[in-house]
Amino acid sequence: MLLFLEQCLNGLQFGLLLFLLAAGLTLVFGIMDLVNLAHGSLYMMGAYFAATFTAWTDSFVAGALLALLATLLLGMILEVVALRPLYGRDHLDHVLGTFGLILFFNELVRIVWGPAGLSLPLPTGLIYPVELLPGLFYPTYRIVIIVVALVVALFLYVLVMHTRLGMLIRAGASNREMTGALGININLLYTLVFGLGAALAGLAGLMQAPILTVQIGMGENILILAFVVIIIGGIGSIRGAFIAAVLVGLIDTVGRAFLPDLLRLVLSSRGASTVAPAMSSMMIYLLMAIVLVLRPEGLFPASGK
Amino acid sequence: MKQLLMGTVALVALGVAPAAAQQPVKIGFISTFSGPTAVIGNDMRNSFEIALDHLGRKMAGKPVEVVYEDDQQKPEVGVQKSQKLIESDKVDFVVGFIWSNVLLASLKPIVDSQTFLISANAGPSQIAGEQCSPFFFSTSWQNDQTPQAMGEYMNQKGVKTAFLMGPNYAAGKDMLTGVRFTFKGQVVGEELTRWPDQLDFSTELSKVRAAKPDSVFVFYPGAAGVQFLTQYVQSGLKGQIPLYTAFTIDETTLPLQKDLALGVPGAQEWVNDLPNEANRKFVADYRAKHQKGPSFYGAQSYDAANLVNSAVVAVNGDLNKKDAVRDTMRKADYASVRGPYKYGNNHFPIQNFYLQDVVKDAGGNLALKTVTTIVKDSQDKFHDRCTMKW
Repeated sequence: MLLFLEQCLNGLQFGLLLFLLAAGLTLVFGIMDLVNLAHGSLYMMGAYFAATFTAWTDSFVAGALLALLATLLLGMILEVVALRPLYGRDHLDHVLGTFGLILFFNELVRIVWGPAGLSLPLPTGLIYPVELLPGLFYPTYRIVIIVVALVVALFLYVLVMHTRLGMLIRAGASNREMTGALGININLLYTLVFGLGAALAGLAGLMQAPILTVQIGMGENILILAFVVIIIGGIGSIRGAFIAAVLVGLIDTVGRAFLPDLLRLVLSSRGASTVAPAMSSMMIYLLMAIVLVLRPEGLFPASGK
Repeated sequence: MKQLLMGTVALVALGVAPAAAQQPVKIGFISTFSGPTAVIGNDMRNSFEIALDHLGRKMAGKPVEVVYEDDQQKPEVGVQKSQKLIESDKVDFVVGFIWSNVLLASLKPIVDSQTFLISANAGPSQIAGEQCSPFFFSTSWQNDQTPQAMGEYMNQKGVKTAFLMGPNYAAGKDMLTGVRFTFKGQVVGEELTRWPDQLDFSTELSKVRAAKPDSVFVFYPGAAGVQFLTQYVQSGLKGQIPLYTAFTIDETTLPLQKDLALGVPGAQEWVNDLPNEANRKFVADYRAKHQKGPSFYGAQSYDAANLVNSAVVAVNGDLNKKDAVRDTMRKADYASVRGPYKYGNNHFPIQNFYLQDVVKDAGGNLALKTVTTIVKDSQDKFHDRCTMKW
């Protein structure tokens, strides 16, 4: 029972990290109708900035905050310089353009930081586990990730539902032409939204960095999962991204945890270890395929009809 | 006039021909020089360069040329680079190979071209057995040997149950098989994690906690070793369940693992403080040049350079005498930094394995230290499946 709870916490943590990445992606896709493959690169830049600033300031928190600011600025600059020409064009043009950005960022990182990657050590206070329930130990840092991600989710909810900016965002996601026709400064809105998305991606990258390495191309694998999440959740919908991300995180983790043991009943141990991760990945894509067939606009679509 | 010109050109060409005897010894070095495991490739390259410096950058009077190629930790890239080295650069020796899967993919093209292949790290069981080749030599070990030694040590410590973890590729499977071969206790769980992209072990560590074993054995080379140890400590398991390792803690990972690695033992055929003259010189010169100590990857590369040198010197630079080259290499007649060793019929070393521990030295710095010899003259268990006899 405790094992199951612990695996669920693992899944929740992974899902929430995925949510941070997917939230930015869904906002950009929903409001600006921009397929942004470079989102994974912003995730990577967030991690690299955090590693560098933490080394400079000797403080994890200061380094993280500076990295967030840097990624926000980077996102806004990127939007103005590289992405404005892409608006209104075919999605394939977006794919081509932002794919070029991926290559650009990978090479930039190689030139500035070298090919070997960096590491981001945790502050000593966060290294040891905390006892949540008697006998249930869980790493403190992962709890921090869960808490921060939930706080950000709450902040996004308040932003989108209860502020003017949020109202503009929802309007833009529902009907872009109308919003522009009403005299809203669409350019500024787009820049802000993109910056917000970039900051979220950077946050995901820098929070993941102490657990995994900081290396070139680290955003590419998780970006694919983020796209799956926004398709399942509904493009433009943050609530959908949240629920889908947690779902995907739980399926992936619980699948990896319990499938091998289930498969060992019928396969050899080595065979089970090879097949199980493949099967749990397959289940995620299967879920996406089912959603596309039964409810193509996603589980919680943004434009309510 | 034209004939005179032609004649002069022919004479000059003839005059140039003897200078071709100064044709260099060409060595191709394949390792990983990008990504998080580049630190290993750099250690190997640094050590290989120091070995060449110690040899005066000449072997049997001929200059040595090395072409370094990056396999990016991918078998398909490794094969491309191997083919480039043998077909385009026409090297006499191919040295290197950190990863067993990269080595297995490149083995056939290289040995089919009758070029000598010296593995300075990877030692998959297939090459020790059915796929053994007269053109392949190892200056490292066979993958199963090191974990077998660790299994012996776990027996000596009276460990009753163990949970095994490793990455799901050729070497990972070899390692876990190796421990099972010698460990006399009960294996209560085994997990093979996806390689090389799975760096988050939370799921598997939760299973370890639930299984409540006496000990955990892991094999996670390079960056994965850093991540594993960090997460092992974060999950609180480090104080509760002793950890036994192979290839997870070494001089390349210790600077990142820091105090987390204190007191975690590993088995190895070479430790930086082995008391022989060649090793002292190697470690001292490496430290002087690079301000840090070499790892076992580097030590094995240093040995590879000297093994090649012993053969080139024996044939006096005439590398077409491949049989003579092979016979000399079989004698392992050079000053290895691990001490003297012999070759088995499959061209894998028969050597001692030591227990290494992580301690704080007098200056408060973390260092790896030899504690004891676990096993002497260990030979891999696949040599019977190799049909070579000599």
